[in-house]
Amino acid sequence: MAQMNMIEAIRSAHDVMMDKDPTVIVLGEDVGYFGGVFRCTDGLQRKFGDHRVIDAPIAEGGIVAAALGMGVNGLRPVAEIQFADYIYPGFDQIVSELGRLRYRSCGEFFSPVTIRTPCGGGIRGGQTHSQSPEGIFTHVSGIKTVMPSNPYDAKGLLISAIESDDPVIFFEPKRIYNGPFDGDPEKPGVSWSSHPKGEVPEGYYTVPLGSAEIALPGEELTIVTYGTLVHVAIAAAKETGVDCEVVDVRTLAPLDIKTLADSVKKTGRCLIAHEATRFGGYGAELAATLQKECFYQLEAPIGRVAGWDTPYPHAFEWQYFPGLRRLSAGIRRVMEAE
Amino acid sequence: MITKSRLQIPRPTARPGDEPDFSYLDLSPAGSIDKPPIGARTRDIEYLSSGLVRVLDEDFAAKGPWDPGLDPTQLQVALRWMMLTRALDERMWQIQRQGRISFYMQSLGEEAVSIAQGMALRPGDMCFPSYRNQGLYLYRGVKLVDIMCQCLSNTRDMCKGRQLPVMYHSKAGNVFSISGNLATQFPQAVGWAMASAIKGEDHIAASWVGDGSTAEADFHYALTFAAVYQAPVILNVVNNQWAISTFQGTAGGQRRAFAARGLGLGIPGIRVDGNDLLAVYAVTLWAADRARRGGGPTLIEHVTYRGGAHSTSDDPSKYRPKDEWAAFPLGDPIERLKQHLIVEGHWSEAKHEKLAEQLKVDVHAAWKEAQKYGTMTEGPFLDPATMFEDVYDEMPAHLESQRRRMLEVLSGD
Repeated sequence: MAQMNMIEAIRSAHDVMMDKDPTVIVLGEDVGYFGGVFRCTDGLQRKFGDHRVIDAPIAEGGIVAAALGMGVNGLRPVAEIQFADYIYPGFDQIVSELGRLRYRSCGEFFSPVTIRTPCGGGIRGGQTHSQSPEGIFTHVSGIKTVMPSNPYDAKGLLISAIESDDPVIFFEPKRIYNGPFDGDPEKPGVSWSSHPKGEVPEGYYTVPLGSAEIALPGEELTIVTYGTLVHVAIAAAKETGVDCEVVDVRTLAPLDIKTLADSVKKTGRCLIAHEATRFGGYGAELAATLQKECFYQLEAPIGRVAGWDTPYPHAFEWQYFPGLRRLSAGIRRVMEAE
Repeated sequence: MITKSRLQIPRPTARPGDEPDFSYLDLSPAGSIDKPPIGARTRDIEYLSSGLVRVLDEDFAAKGPWDPGLDPTQLQVALRWMMLTRALDERMWQIQRQGRISFYMQSLGEEAVSIAQGMALRPGDMCFPSYRNQGLYLYRGVKLVDIMCQCLSNTRDMCKGRQLPVMYHSKAGNVFSISGNLATQFPQAVGWAMASAIKGEDHIAASWVGDGSTAEADFHYALTFAAVYQAPVILNVVNNQWAISTFQGTAGGQRRAFAARGLGLGIPGIRVDGNDLLAVYAVTLWAADRARRGGGPTLIEHVTYRGGAHSTSDDPSKYRPKDEWAAFPLGDPIERLKQHLIVEGHWSEAKHEKLAEQLKVDVHAAWKEAQKYGTMTEGPFLDPATMFEDVYDEMPAHLESQRRRMLEVLSGD
């Protein structure tokens, strides 16, 4: 075991898989010589060479398409899109091509591409470096959507994603790259070294895709969330004194509905929290599904806390971010409702 | 002198009711374009992107340095594949008009592109075609009956009813799955080619787009990636003059040839007579050799003409002169190869007619067989439960549950 932050854990996942499987290659903007703007691929080109860790032109559509073609030709590409906000030029290649290739060719062709991309706010990124577009991808058939909330899961899930023969969009909440974040920007930063999930095996292991995890056990209310907000939810549970069960979704699609529903049936109350905008968002799908699965056990309407339905404003980042106060207020609302 | 800015809206030289006018096409006499060594620097061979490589002259004789020297048997085989493509298209067109398939796209007039390039490439080379490359699928071993079953979405449909007619695939033949979205395959082919080089193999990739879809970002991604990494790939623009109702000028073809699109990136471009099987074969072989020996990508523009409608869903008499194809200066690829063989003493009108008849019979027999696997109105029918398969490698729980629900609904529960 070693102490790793999320960046180191992600780098380690690459390293382990590139050692294990010569068909694994990495491509993306600045991923090679420089090692990525967030350093997630640092050192990989020195170790594995510039034919396996490839600096790509600034063309996200081209990166996804090239990765797709490489995957069809027997490689297992890991493509980095530098910010999730930049993924849209590659959207057609993801939605119409990557997600449908297996289907339209009845399994004759497929491409096991993993697309990694940092998402979320909290780093003063403004409206083009803060978005959480996961809900756009969970809506698309044929791709899997993942968002880890800690170093251990990040490495284990990324290895599973790379090994998966399905395309995976792997969102990395960049606010928690260096340490968990409880949603209060005034507090000094915390590192992963004091967190149990900062303990990461150095070698190969997997966290399976399609499985949620109870991040905090509790009896009174279930908070269903993922990414950065897992940590905010735990902090809000403490602050409110409500005995919350925090469920970390981890794989957004396909969804481990059983773990979520079992928890909500047990507590009878549910709050859904994500950083992405609310209207038509992923939380709406969670709410609808949980309402159907748990209708007779629910003691209150399911609550939602999400980013406001505006672009992510640079100067009002903390008014936008669904932080500790909004999560706590959300918990109280669901607890008080009848 | 222009005193204020103004748009120039591109207009074709002829619309319905006008005399066809191909004066805008720059033509070079057959045999007049030099053939450079495959190691030539792009800057030294820019002339290939503005001239027109032609082998067959007006009298159907093969001329000049690009004559590939194919023997008569090879040429007869090529002629047969082109004729088969056309016979298939004719039949499928009628079948669609009878309402027995939902949709079809012919490659009328463009048959030389698929067949010549299929012949020039090696079986291990990977093709990423557009929807008008049916000849490639045929040439690479997809049977007529399988083409037809795909168009019928019947129980033998390679796509299990998931794809619009003509969106074939052939893993065994190394021909990729057709998307239906335009130009997406172009940068994918470059990725495939990059992987080939990464793995140290000498297979190359080839892809095709029309003149219209060169305007897509994917076209430019492909050129950039191919140039940056010198990927072993042949990028083909089939300039058939029309993108549904807009002429090639609407895609930016009026001031500079599509073959020249790669020059700014250092990619050599070759403009070739797309209706001259010998010329297409020769330039493809040149580009393939160059790619295979580390020389990187080549962009080939095939100057041809879309002899038919874009698809069964449009009526070309609404947007172009009815007799435009007859006036096209590069003629008909089948007729030209036929005449070449006749002039050389290796073919005759009688043999040609006999072969055409035989191919009609073959196509008819395939259609009879295809219908046994089901038609749009008569069974056997595909099991709709298969629609949930192949979305993922393994079916996730939510799809399994939706599949059950659908079957319940279908069974009346």
